[in-house]
Amino acid sequence: MRLPCPICGARDHREFYYQGAAVMLDRPEPDAGSDVWDEYLHLRPNVPGAHDELWSHDAGCGAWLRVTRNTVTHEVIGAVLASEVSR
Amino acid sequence: MRFSGLRVLKEGLTGNKGWEPHWRNPEPKPEYDIVLIGGGGHGLATAHYLAKIHGLTNVAVLEKGYLGGGNVGRNTTIVRANYMMPGNSEFYSHSLKLWEGLEEDLNYNVMHSQRGLINLFHSDGQRDAFARRGNRMIAQGDDAELLDTAGVRKLLPYLDYDQTRFPIYGGLYHKRGGTARHDAVAWGFARSASDRGVDLIQQCEVTGIDVEGGVVKGVQTTRGPIRAKKVGMVAAGRSGQVAAMAGLTLPIESHVLQAFVTEGLKPCIDHVISYGMGHFYISQSDKGGLVFGGDLDMYSSYAARGNLPLAEHVAEAAMTLMPMIGHARMLRSWAGIMDMSPDGSFIMDKTDIDGLFVNTGWCYGGFKATPASGHTFAHLLATGNPHPTTAQHRLDRFRTGVGIMDEEATGSQHNLH
Amino acid sequence: MRVAGKGLIDRSRPISFRWDGTTYSGFQGDTLASALLAHDVRMVARSFKYHRPRGILSAGSEEPNALVTVGRGADTDPNVRATVQEIYEGLEARPQNAWPSLSFDVMAVNDLAAPFLGAGFYYKTFMWPGGFWEKLYEPLIRRAAGLGALGGEAAKDQSEKAYAFCDLLVIGAGPAGLMAALVAARSGADVILADEDSLMGGRLNAETLSVDGQSGHVWAGQMVETLRAMDNVRLMPRTTVTGAYDGGTFGALERVSHHLSGVPEGGVKDTFWRIVARRSVLAAGALERHIAFRNNDRPGVMAAGAVRAYLNRWGVAPGKALTLFANNDDAHRTACDLLDAGVHISGVIDSRPDAQAQGDYPLYAGAVVTGGHGRKELEAISLKTQTGTERLFTDCLAVSGGWNPTVHLTCHMNGRPTWEPRIASFVPTSGSIPGMETAGACNGAFSTAACLAEGVAAAQASLAALGMKSASVDLPVAEDTPYAIAPLWAVPGKGRAWLDFQNDVSVKDVKQSAAENFASVEHMKRYTTQGMATDQGKNSNVTALALLADATGRGIPDTGTTTFRPPYSPVPLAALGAGAKGKGFAPERFTTSHAASVEAKAPMVEAGQWYRPSYFPVQGERTWRQSCDREVGYVRNAVGVCDVSTLGKIDIQGPDAARLLDLVYTNMFSTLKEGRVRYGLMLREDGYVMDDGTTARLGPEHYVMTTTTAAAGQVMRHLEFVSQALHPEWDVRIMSVTEHWAQFAVAGPLARNLLSGVLDDPLTDEAWPFMSCGPVSVLGVAGRLFRISFSGEHAYELAIPARYGDSLFRLLVARAEAMAGGAYGMEALNVLRIEKGFITHAEIDGRVTAGDIGMARMISAKKDCMGKVMAARPGLVQEDRPQLVGLKPVGPVKQLSAGAHICSRDEDAVPTDDQGYITSVGFSPTMGHFVGLGFVKAGLGRHGEVLRMVDHLRGLDAQVELCDPVFFDPEGGRARG
Repeated sequence: MRLPCPICGARDHREFYYQGAAVMLDRPEPDAGSDVWDEYLHLRPNVPGAHDELWSHDAGCGAWLRVTRNTVTHEVIGAVLASEVSR
Repeated sequence: MRFSGLRVLKEGLTGNKGWEPHWRNPEPKPEYDIVLIGGGGHGLATAHYLAKIHGLTNVAVLEKGYLGGGNVGRNTTIVRANYMMPGNSEFYSHSLKLWEGLEEDLNYNVMHSQRGLINLFHSDGQRDAFARRGNRMIAQGDDAELLDTAGVRKLLPYLDYDQTRFPIYGGLYHKRGGTARHDAVAWGFARSASDRGVDLIQQCEVTGIDVEGGVVKGVQTTRGPIRAKKVGMVAAGRSGQVAAMAGLTLPIESHVLQAFVTEGLKPCIDHVISYGMGHFYISQSDKGGLVFGGDLDMYSSYAARGNLPLAEHVAEAAMTLMPMIGHARMLRSWAGIMDMSPDGSFIMDKTDIDGLFVNTGWCYGGFKATPASGHTFAHLLATGNPHPTTAQHRLDRFRTGVGIMDEEATGSQHNLH
Repeated sequence: MRVAGKGLIDRSRPISFRWDGTTYSGFQGDTLASALLAHDVRMVARSFKYHRPRGILSAGSEEPNALVTVGRGADTDPNVRATVQEIYEGLEARPQNAWPSLSFDVMAVNDLAAPFLGAGFYYKTFMWPGGFWEKLYEPLIRRAAGLGALGGEAAKDQSEKAYAFCDLLVIGAGPAGLMAALVAARSGADVILADEDSLMGGRLNAETLSVDGQSGHVWAGQMVETLRAMDNVRLMPRTTVTGAYDGGTFGALERVSHHLSGVPEGGVKDTFWRIVARRSVLAAGALERHIAFRNNDRPGVMAAGAVRAYLNRWGVAPGKALTLFANNDDAHRTACDLLDAGVHISGVIDSRPDAQAQGDYPLYAGAVVTGGHGRKELEAISLKTQTGTERLFTDCLAVSGGWNPTVHLTCHMNGRPTWEPRIASFVPTSGSIPGMETAGACNGAFSTAACLAEGVAAAQASLAALGMKSASVDLPVAEDTPYAIAPLWAVPGKGRAWLDFQNDVSVKDVKQSAAENFASVEHMKRYTTQGMATDQGKNSNVTALALLADATGRGIPDTGTTTFRPPYSPVPLAALGAGAKGKGFAPERFTTSHAASVEAKAPMVEAGQWYRPSYFPVQGERTWRQSCDREVGYVRNAVGVCDVSTLGKIDIQGPDAARLLDLVYTNMFSTLKEGRVRYGLMLREDGYVMDDGTTARLGPEHYVMTTTTAAAGQVMRHLEFVSQALHPEWDVRIMSVTEHWAQFAVAGPLARNLLSGVLDDPLTDEAWPFMSCGPVSVLGVAGRLFRISFSGEHAYELAIPARYGDSLFRLLVARAEAMAGGAYGMEALNVLRIEKGFITHAEIDGRVTAGDIGMARMISAKKDCMGKVMAARPGLVQEDRPQLVGLKPVGPVKQLSAGAHICSRDEDAVPTDDQGYITSVGFSPTMGHFVGLGFVKAGLGRHGEVLRMVDHLRGLDAQVELCDPVFFDPEGGRARG
């Protein structure tokens, strides 16, 4: 599997660290309540099909990316810098 | 039909014409007391114990593919009871005891081989962590021995003790650990459940879960609707999708785990070896293939196939640990979909929907749990209460933080395992 | 026997080799199989289960029978396919899985017991008496099973791994692959052409077909030379593309030196390639399948195409009186070619009543072979003709049940092949592998002309997808014979007809499996082991599933196939794991003091990827404890020096640096004054402790954070996540500087005296109070000084650019030694920190909360921080959670052990009574007894209580008193003073 790092270009996924669903970008407010936090941390999207997820280019530029990838076919649909889509 | 050496002899002399089907092929009935979604190891085991212990036989196991085609048919066959966290420790101890009587219970040779498992450690700190684990195992009534380097060398003379990157300080030896013939476990449970009256229905995919007024009423399937008083979800990596049919979100992420086997070789590895520094474990099947695996591929996946980096990594671990393995050839690789829970421990509980039960989150360690998972899930389904060994495995433990069992010490949120 | 005038071998270059203890000769270009057949060696192996005699079946890597062991000792290479192994001078090969000899194998007794050993027999027996499985049955089965044996020692030869990138990967260099490569290369694409064989050309080397009016192999040779001359083409012979993976990535095994007498100096045995291709063309050809009949496994029964290959490529006739059994026209070429070469054909048996002879040989149309005769070699066959039965004497029967396209790679990403009735086999399903075209025989195109045309078309489609313009290439002229076949899977009749030759699976087994309701193709495979041998069913799977379809009354398309998975052909672990042997598995990280520590004879121990000194022995010390006690004494009484460079150092700069720290640490760092250091605690978002360490404020917008050695990478990634993903609006930059700075702890009452001698400016307590930091000049070199202590003593950490680390360490140690101190290692460091109750990852093991370590109040109420919300979950603040305590022995047993459990005094150690466990212990020379840290339920409030420590594993049972974790200098005056 190869991921298109917006900074480095297409690289083998062994250069990246996987963090999971991109909902991690939407950190709730501290007082959002336990259900919201539970959902944020534990009840993340786990869909067969297109999936927004976070990868860190650890062995490359160090950028955090939001990658859209199909979890059934592993087709990588796109990648953007997390810093550009956060908030 | 009862299996025995005598029966094999008799059939052999009479042309092997008398063997019967191991299980029936029933048409689904319109209604059951209990419907289990998933005909893998855990679902089939649940069916067996429901029938055997609780006398519940108006039960159907619905399988979208073929029986035992999920993770029970694609694992590295390791059976052990070396868990440390309270909650897990009791459960896996219970499971190993069931394993030890399984062949008699099922009248099926699942080739449970207690050949001994050695977890290697590579620093003083790791030794202490394994000592903590081993002491817990012994207190639990299971077996453990702490080996030093010489002790490991005596059992596993072929490891590299001199040049390897992470020297072997010793190992935690779990003599009752070992392997079993994974497919046979599924078949043995299936045969027993079917013989006792449970309907095993293959090529029957659940497409919907019927819920009315917060109560489960049955399921929709590719072979028509089936009413049920209780529904148990035992769908491993597909758990999230199944639960979604009832409007539930589970704290599960589905990941891919690969496994590998070499060509057949004459006996060379007599134990199960686990090499934590390399995320590598290996044993030799009775047919001679070296069966080994490693870590998750580390990305969410429903593909049941992996990629090269992990395959290379396990081969690298093999080469540093036991370079004598170099001329063994990897024959086949495969993968399964793992239902990863946030803390790495399983979930067995009621849901907020009356009559709907969930059994999931086995991560990459569900095989060894097969008998106890079935035994305790049957208990939950039949009595409505958790079995004592699964009392801590609540669905809401991540929200409350109560009873979290972070066996790997990597955290209680996703993607840390 | 060798046939004059035939073959592509070089008869001017004879080669001698040894097989089963006898010396033979062959020629350059021979495989072990062709050379043995040339000497009429028929039986070369035994089957897996029944140890039946086995001969050579095929001429390729799919060979299920002729598996041999090459080499001896550390060079032992088991399960080598004789059909792939090229001979070289001195090659030594021998049979395997036979004892005492290939000819007389005692395990052949299994074959007599076969009625009792049919499909799945072991699931039904060996259950009694209990415990006998491990002791008796399993060892017997294991000894009987297996094929070859490993040599038992590490191979001396090396393998390697490599990457390659290309526009187009062409897999297979037969007519389709050669044309695809040529078109793509002429169009300017970067092309890799990989082929499993040593000689490119595919079937053209095995046939007498012509292309463009030339012999096929001559044409292929010219094509290969044309391609070789092009800069944008890489030819990879002896290279099997083993797997298709995501993103256009392919695995490939290049057998670099297996055909040579030893690995050349500096060379490798194998190279495992990761090939990244923008597009690919699969032109992998087809594999011939067998027809099952009684004793169809006798040595001398071969694939018809293989017989042709041995004749045309290697100049070998595998018998003196040949027969042919087929259900298709293609197989008749074998008879024609043999006749042309002057080999006697005893008869051609074609199951199709309308079959026509294509040459001057006796044809039995509408007939079938009902049995093979002879045990160790084929002697005759029985026929059932349209009029009766016959018996033909023959020493070689060439069999063809048709051809199966080599679709394997197209299934590696879960693609399922499509049933094609025209060829009675499966063809690839389009789109199974993104970016892959299929061409030629693997696509079901069996004539040479069709292969050539499909190769061109596949290249054109690939080029179009690449956005490149196709160069025009003339299509060569070649035969375009239609493929005529009438399916025949098995000949009915008594006796055992074999499918999987290696695993001894018979037609009966498949039927019995269906009768026992193992009716799904996966169940049948797993119950009978059909297709699980080293050929992974390449020779027999299609036939087996056709028979299963028959037995279950379903059609073949409904029955489906099992899944082909990587690798296509087996890959040595030495190649896939190349580079990892010995120390190669993980990087080794060395501190700047490494050389000095090694010179001082300090045992170096692994700390993650780092190496750190355990202790520094001096003459006369016999145990590590003596050294450790002495080094602890240095720090408590004089001065000690320790390299702490492995701790993670993260430079954090920017206007928002303080905000970042406030979010990642539980406590406040925005309020930290410049020139000061503060201890910080970091949580994961799930509320458990991730790491701890000190962070210094060097300037208004400049901090430097230290992490533990173990968590350095995790913390760095965490900071990047928070700053990039959660707060990209913050102006802050982060850099790991762990390796930029060498850092040394200088600890002990004389620490200031020592440092005063190396710093260019005076070191006063007023200017450098406890927890201060700042720039210093170290003998003219700019460094940083932190007055922090992990030992509880008056101590500093001095950082200097790494290039000065070695000399500074040596200098500091020399000065310390002059003051009755010296270097100290990990053992002493550990004792010193336990004496002070300082935690490491032994305590913060990922499962503990701030409250568990008595730091609940470090979670600032004034601000949010990562993990704060989840740390407040009920389960994380339960009062009976295990909490950090100090432990000291108070009974007659004076020893403590880490990993022991704590339980109440008078009870047996049972899990329900488990009160806690011990994480760290050490003998404290300062206190004169063992000291330990551990976690005990509600332990913070139980100091003074006496409990029992049980270590079943080490046979220790002691009474321990719970106490404050700070054993020494609880007021902390020594560090501040």
